[in-house]
Amino acid sequence: MSERVAVRKTYKLFIGGKFPRSESGRSYLVQDSNVSLASRKDARDAVVAARAAAKGWAGATAYNRGQILYRVAEMLEGRREQFVALGVPADEVDAATDRWVWYAGWSDKLPQVYGGANPVAGPYFNLSAPEPTGVVAVAAPESPALLGLVSVIAPAIVTGNTVVVAASPSAPLAAVTLAEVLATSDLPGGVVNILTGHPKETVPTLASHLDVNAIDLTGVADADLATELEVSAAQNLKRVLRPAPAGHDWSADPGITRMTALLETKTVWHPKGV
Amino acid sequence: MFEYAPAPESRSVVDIKPTYGLFVDGRFVDPTDGGSFKSINPASEEVLAEVAEAGAQDVDRAVRAARTAYEQVWGPMPGRDRAKYLFRIARIIQERSRELAVLESLDNGKPIKESRDVDLPLVAAHFFYYAGWADKLPYAGFGPDPRPVGVAAQVIPWNFPLLMLAWKIAPALAAGNTVVLKPAETTPLTALLFAEICQQAELPAGVVNIVTGAGETGRALVEHPGVDKVAFTGSTEVGRAIARAVAGTRKRLTLELGGKAANIVFDDAPVDQAVEGIVNGIFFNQGHVCCAGSRLLVQENVADRVLESLKRRMAQLRVGDPLDKNTDIGAINSAAQLARIRELSDAGSAEGAERWSPPCELPERGFWFAPTIFTGVTQAHRIAREEIFGPVLSVLTFRTPAEAVEKANNTPYGLSAGIWTDKGSRILWMADRLRAGVVWANTFNKFDPTSPFGGYKESGYGREGGRHGLEGYLSV
Repeated sequence: MSERVAVRKTYKLFIGGKFPRSESGRSYLVQDSNVSLASRKDARDAVVAARAAAKGWAGATAYNRGQILYRVAEMLEGRREQFVALGVPADEVDAATDRWVWYAGWSDKLPQVYGGANPVAGPYFNLSAPEPTGVVAVAAPESPALLGLVSVIAPAIVTGNTVVVAASPSAPLAAVTLAEVLATSDLPGGVVNILTGHPKETVPTLASHLDVNAIDLTGVADADLATELEVSAAQNLKRVLRPAPAGHDWSADPGITRMTALLETKTVWHPKGV
Repeated sequence: MFEYAPAPESRSVVDIKPTYGLFVDGRFVDPTDGGSFKSINPASEEVLAEVAEAGAQDVDRAVRAARTAYEQVWGPMPGRDRAKYLFRIARIIQERSRELAVLESLDNGKPIKESRDVDLPLVAAHFFYYAGWADKLPYAGFGPDPRPVGVAAQVIPWNFPLLMLAWKIAPALAAGNTVVLKPAETTPLTALLFAEICQQAELPAGVVNIVTGAGETGRALVEHPGVDKVAFTGSTEVGRAIARAVAGTRKRLTLELGGKAANIVFDDAPVDQAVEGIVNGIFFNQGHVCCAGSRLLVQENVADRVLESLKRRMAQLRVGDPLDKNTDIGAINSAAQLARIRELSDAGSAEGAERWSPPCELPERGFWFAPTIFTGVTQAHRIAREEIFGPVLSVLTFRTPAEAVEKANNTPYGLSAGIWTDKGSRILWMADRLRAGVVWANTFNKFDPTSPFGGYKESGYGREGGRHGLEGYLSV
């Protein structure tokens, strides 16, 4: 009996909830697969998709966002073996799943922890509450391919931001597979957009894009490039998360600073009286 | 208009020295290269004092003094002791508040009733508020063991000289940092009097350093490699330059920049209250307010009524001597600012908007601009897009709440917004949708040390005031 011929997968981009090839028609060979090589135009298209999704996602209830993030964890758990087959260590997949669970619970707690009533010296109601900053561009860490990626996406979207992520160029298969997880988790299209290819090509476009509100440079290892990107980001005063120090421990407790760095605080005043 | 007899506040409470040095390491010192500039009274163009201009070497001295004080004195000091110094400063400010208020009005041009009743009480309250945080930082919500950042470089504007100093210095010191602060070149005098207050409080040398000068001094300070944190309040243009300058460094950055706030009046708002809010929103402090309500969005069906009432109210505003207790609108801070206000106002007329000011006699000497409104303004007009930073209001209309939100958010800025309506659910619906850091509903231009202040988008990042205001000065 002849052995069954396997059906291979085409690894494509994830933009606006769909899986398009790069508009440039290019791909690059990595991890024994032809992976889409995103262009600057793909990066701009991804920003448009992220902006289109921003209003609905920020306007969703915190409860709803938390449920969806938890659903991501459920879907990831179910595909554990698939990630292991791509070379992601099993304990990394587990850690990534647990990270989604951890962040899922933050959606309706961070506004309480990070905001609150202010006792102003006068007859006024005064309340500060965090809001998402908007569209966030992210350079994901080169490794760990899955846990690093989850650790930069989840804190951005749990509070209502939408993201455009430049995935690890050397290990993009985990990123594309994570996109399949996201696509089956009731996450609205455009909340997470993933670009595979060379971050050096796409990230400068994102850093200088005037419809991007913040940029997370975590995965930019080249210090000169990071400086250049931060300079570009200043044009519209993007919020900037600087590169992670070499040897950053992704399995450690992430704390809340990745979430708070991508939030705006809005304070509302109203007089009290009869 | 009612006629009032002049009621000038006495200048005798203030003792202005002919010259001032830099405040470095607890002492007033001469600048290395001997440069100086004059600070004038914008209401009379009289020279008030000659002030040292700090060069790069002076800035270096100040940063070194701050570093030494940070490492040897202020950093290691228990929070409860830092708190006591800040409480002392708050008390001395209260004790000397009239002197500070008069000096502020002389140097800045703002009416004494504002410096006396708004600026100074808030300055003291800020020090009092943050004093209490100094020994409670682990409870601030930023982790169990928050540490200071180090040496903070702080550059402040001329519109609220002493209040902006308080917003910068109080949280920095409470968190255990030391500072080098550069006041604006047109309003250095209250910062220098504050230096004397630090001496009177026996604040350890080098914890607060004041370097006076203009843009070059600010640049030298921000770019100094010995600085760990930069905090700037001022124009968006300079904010961008600073963000570029700190790129790739370890320096933390908070920016409080420009604004073009919408003040939105619905047809169910009480007209008289709304008009008071509009007037306070744009004419408070001569409109030299980053969060000024400089775009009035009024619902179309009440526009005529609101404008008629607004014009009647504007005709009652008294423009003139800042030291007169009856004055509502004082002097424009500088000739350069007056030129900018004139240039943008002329552009408003040239682009087709209709200009109106009440009959208003302006003093001959000094820098003055009558309160002005423009009607028939479109969103494309420069006066609807650019920050004028003067007593000039652009009036636009809208029909639906959704249109009001759309127009209010149609700006790269996002500092503040105002909503006037009697309907509670509409206030909250609007507040959710306005992309602005501070939303005043049925009030405007309210400030408090417990209340975080700062912008969205190109109005900057980070918050000043409240628990949030500590975050920029802590490593967690």
